[in-house]
Order: sequence, then structure tokens, then C-alpha cells
Amino acid sequence: MAVETLITSLRGGDFQAEVLRGGSGPPLMYLHGAIGQKGWDPFLDRLAEEFTVYAPFIPGYSGSTGLEHLDDVFDLTLYHLELMDALGLDWAHLVGHFLGGMIAIDIAATAPRSVGRMVLVAPAGLWRDEAPVADFLALNAAELEQVLWADGHSPGAVDVEAAERAPELLLPERVQDLTAAGKFLWPIPDRGLKRRAYRIKAPTLILWGEQDRFAPPVYARDFARLIKGSEVELMPDAGHLLMLEQPDAFTGFVSNFLKG
Amino acid sequence: MKLCFFHLMPYQHLPQDFEKQYHSVWVDPPNSLFDPEKGHLLYNDFLDEMEFAEEMGFDGLCVNEHHNNAYGLMPSPNLMASAMIRRTSKAAIIVLGNSLALYNPPVRVAEEFAMLDVLSGGRFIAGFPLGTSQDTIFGYGQVPVTLREKYYEAHDLVIKAWTEREPFSFNGKYTQLRYVNIWPRPYQQPHPPIWVPGSGSLETWDWTIDHDYVYCYLSYSGYKVGKTVLDGFWEEMERREKPFNPYHAGFLQLVVVSETDAQVEEYKDSIEYFFKKGLHVPSGFGNPPGYRSQRSIQSGVSAQIVDARRDQLTNATWEDYIKAGNVIAGGPETVREELAHAIRELRVGNLMLLLQFGDMPKHLALKNTELFAREVMPYVRDIWSEYETRWWPKKLMEPEKVL
Repeated sequence: MAVETLITSLRGGDFQAEVLRGGSGPPLMYLHGAIGQKGWDPFLDRLAEEFTVYAPFIPGYSGSTGLEHLDDVFDLTLYHLELMDALGLDWAHLVGHFLGGMIAIDIAATAPRSVGRMVLVAPAGLWRDEAPVADFLALNAAELEQVLWADGHSPGAVDVEAAERAPELLLPERVQDLTAAGKFLWPIPDRGLKRRAYRIKAPTLILWGEQDRFAPPVYARDFARLIKGSEVELMPDAGHLLMLEQPDAFTGFVSNFLKG
Repeated sequence: MKLCFFHLMPYQHLPQDFEKQYHSVWVDPPNSLFDPEKGHLLYNDFLDEMEFAEEMGFDGLCVNEHHNNAYGLMPSPNLMASAMIRRTSKAAIIVLGNSLALYNPPVRVAEEFAMLDVLSGGRFIAGFPLGTSQDTIFGYGQVPVTLREKYYEAHDLVIKAWTEREPFSFNGKYTQLRYVNIWPRPYQQPHPPIWVPGSGSLETWDWTIDHDYVYCYLSYSGYKVGKTVLDGFWEEMERREKPFNPYHAGFLQLVVVSETDAQVEEYKDSIEYFFKKGLHVPSGFGNPPGYRSQRSIQSGVSAQIVDARRDQLTNATWEDYIKAGNVIAGGPETVREELAHAIRELRVGNLMLLLQFGDMPKHLALKNTELFAREVMPYVRDIWSEYETRWWPKKLMEPEKVL
């Protein structure tokens, strides 16, 4: 698959957005989670067979700059709407993982007409005292890796290449990534989307790894209650990084739902 | 030299196997481990120890702020400073300090510090730390990447609140106030001396030098590791062509003195309690992403500190901590020599002495304080006598005015 890296300048250079683009078909914007994205992962490649996939790096990640100009979630939402404009997208399907899922919800609530269908993959944005999301700022790389995958994952059960890459994803050089996540998710990731979610018009699928030990699957029900008409799917034998662990099953769910 | 007595006010009754059974001494140790009746006795013993230090001739009494912490029981050091002010008259009262970004609005710090300065009749020294990640990020839920900016803004507001004589408004990013107008205002003019505790971040050096404040390195790593941080500070001073003055910097050192070298074994348990239980903190709480800038991480100063701390937590014994310089220990002769050596190596004029630590019982804490005052203090007192400090309450520098 031919993949391009677009560098887009926004607001007179306050932001440089690094966006991966590949494939053809209806537009799909994939928003990565707190630990970022390594690059054009295999699941993006498979989605690109049916969609034109745009996978931007959130400001503060990789070559995307301007984090210091984003004070809160509203700033982050407006930034993404401007990015869609800059990419020439009147609308797109949204697929968002964790932090990216939270951003997708706010985009869909703020500008309902800009979103086709939406898949939220273990999104952040709500809080339960009895089921806290993992403290990603306090966990060191080794501890974080422990909670990112399904229980007892084995080379046979998961994408070997992805499993091997996880420590690399979490190298100390990449603290910059979690720096950005800390700005929007710390100390409690509830930043008010529950007051805004009623505006969402996009048909929504909430997809969660049954064995997600980073963001407990119990939140799937809470998001489903907030987003009218949404559906929930729990993926067996999958943890928080379900798209890396089970790329076939993951892309199956996503593409079937987006095609309606 | 300015020789200051520093107290952390540690909880002294952690279970024997604390470091094996519990995740951390800081941030998440359950407060079911805190016995309020024992706490009552501890607070009062600790205040006795501080008052005794003044009697013994220490120049200043230092307290600091920690949250969710079993080795430092002072979420509000200001309360302890207030209690000490009423029972002392000669020593500087040094709060090291209030983590400015944690106060909403930060004028609270301007007000409380002004109260302490007025109550003490101008014996007060104000400490403005950024604050450790354990206290600020994990204890008080601050966002790592914006903490420093919030701290700088709070500082500017406090200074303005101290120095403006008319009400003013403040339109900051983190604090907005229509009327800033503190009552009381500080006793010292334009405001109390300011000391900045830091942990080797390059930004803190820059900022402290820009504002001509005292840079304090408060670590438990001892002077051998501390030297890497203070050397960095002095090099930065030199690079910026600032004249050297040892009083521009401060350092905290653990010291125990006995009648003879052999007798220091009496402090064995206190030393091991302090390092094994008191510093039982997992690495993840020490350096959350965004707390230190990339620039400071790359400088490697903080990495060395983290490494030093990790080493402390392995299977070291009390004698290893002494060998490593974490604790300066011995009979008077040994301590005099090693401490004088440390002071000259570090080039510091403000020394903060941690003479009570860990579960050291009161009688040993008093003995250590007295032996230090009688047997060590006179021998290091005149180091740097050719320099003058600009960072000390003026009232305490004019002997005739001292009560």
C-alpha cells in the first residue's frame, strides 16, 4: 500500500500536523491513543483497502507540534476540525482509540455534520472510582507493557511483531507522547464529554477488548448509555491494544460497521 | 556559614516489613498506618527538637511541604512555622517552602507568608519550590507539562502582591483576580529573602539565577552525589558571569555525631529506617512524562540522581550509607573534617542539617543536635566568613537588635 506522510501547517505555523494517508474509498480518520502510533500499522493497511485512511499524529506526538497552544479539550477539538478542513475533508468516518476516542466523541458532539459513522475503541473520557483507568503517568515502561495486552497473551494468540515492538513503543525517548496525553487525561480523564455527548448524530460502535486491563471494559456500557443508539462489541482474547493484537478481527468489526 | 536545622517530621511507626508489604511511602501508603495518638506525640516532640536547636545556636529552623507522605508529616509547613515563631526569637524561620502552583489562588501563599513574617518580626525566609512530582502531580493532581508555567505565574503574582501598595487586578492564564490586595503585607521590605529548592532541573537554575534567589539542593543523596548538581549550578553562574557567593546556594546533609567514631552505631536503626522505609518510592512516581523538560532529561543530571536513589534502596546497610556520603557520621573530629570538606567541595554557604531522621528517638535527636552544636558548629562556622549573605533576614544580621 502506498502511504504518504503529509505535513500540514495550521494557524500560520502555530501547528505542524504530521498525517499518514493511504488507500482509497470514503474518508476515515484514525485518531491514535495515549501511547501514540508507531507508523502505518498493519490494521491501517487493511482499512486502507476500503477507505482513504488519514492517521494524524496528535500535537505533541512524532512530528506534530503545537501542544503548547492547546490548553484544553475544546482547543483540541477545534484543532481537529481545522485539520479536517486543511485536509479538504467535509466529513469523515472517525475511528479513535482511548485518547483518540475521546477526541472523536468531542468532534462528533461539536460538529455532528462533519462525522459519518464512528468507532470508539476503548475510549477515554469517563471515570468510575471502582474501575480506574491505569495510571499511565506512574507506570514505568515495563509495568505499562504488563497492562496493555490481554491476559496470558502468547505468540500464537497475538500479532508477534506488535508484541515485540511494544517495548520500543514505550522507550524513554517517547515520554513526549505521554506528556501530551497527560495534558488531556490527567489526573482524571473526565473532561465533561458526558455533558456534550447528547449532540452526537453519528451511528456509533463502541469496541472494547474483553481483557483490557488498562481501561476496564465496564466503561463500554457507560459510553453506550451516553451515545443514543450506539452498539457495543467486546472482542474476546484482546486487551487495550486490540488493533495490534487482533488486527483481522479488529478491522473486520470496524469495516463492517462503517459500511453500515 | 549559615547552619540551619532541618526537620522533615517523619512518621516513626511504620511496620517492620513496610518496604516489602507496601507499594510506596509517598502518594499511596494507606493512612490506616497513621496512628493519630502517636502522631500527637510526634508533632510535639518534633517541635521541642526544633526549639532546642535554636537554643543550641542554629541560625535557622527549616520545615518543608509534603503531601500523601509518611516520611514528612507537613502538608502545611506554615502551621509548624507559626508554632515555632511563638517559642523562638533568634533563629530565622525558613519554610522551604510552599509549592506555589498548588495554591488556588496563589495569593494564599503571599498572605500566609506575610503573616509569618509579621508574626516573627521579620525573621522569615520564603521557599518557593516547583514541588516534587509526588506532591504536585500525584498528590495534588497537577498536569505535568504545564506545572512549571503555572508555578512561574503564581510566583509573579505573589511578588506583585507583596510589593504593590495599591489593589490591582491580575489576568493570568491560571489565576484571574479582580482585586489583589493582601493584608497583612510582609514585615521585611520589599519582601522576605527567597530560597528555591530544586532537584537539578536546568530551568530551575536559569530561573533562580535570573531572579537572584538562593538555589537549594535538598536531597538525601549526600554531598558526593550532590556535588554533581551544585557543580552544574556554579558552572551556570560562571557561564552567565555572575559573581560567586557561597550564600547563593544551600545544601541539605544528614549528619550524626557521637562521642567516638565507634559509637555512631547507636544511629544504625534510624539510618536504615530512613533510607529503606522513608525513601521507599517506586521510580514511576519520580519522573512522570512531562514533569521534567526534554532538555533537563538530556542533561543527565536528574538521571544520575535517580540512579543514586535506586542504589540507596538496594541492600545497602547503615555503614554503606555512611561510606557513600549519604550520612556524615562519626565522633566530633571525623564529622568536623568531613563536613568542612563537603562544604568546601559544594561551595555552599547555607547548610541545612538533618539531625533527626527516620525513627530516631527524641533523646538521640537531642543528643545529636547538642553534640553537633558544641563539637562541630564552632569548627565550620567561619568557613566563607569573607563573604556576606544577601539572602538572610536583615534584622538577624544586626546583632544589637537581636533579642
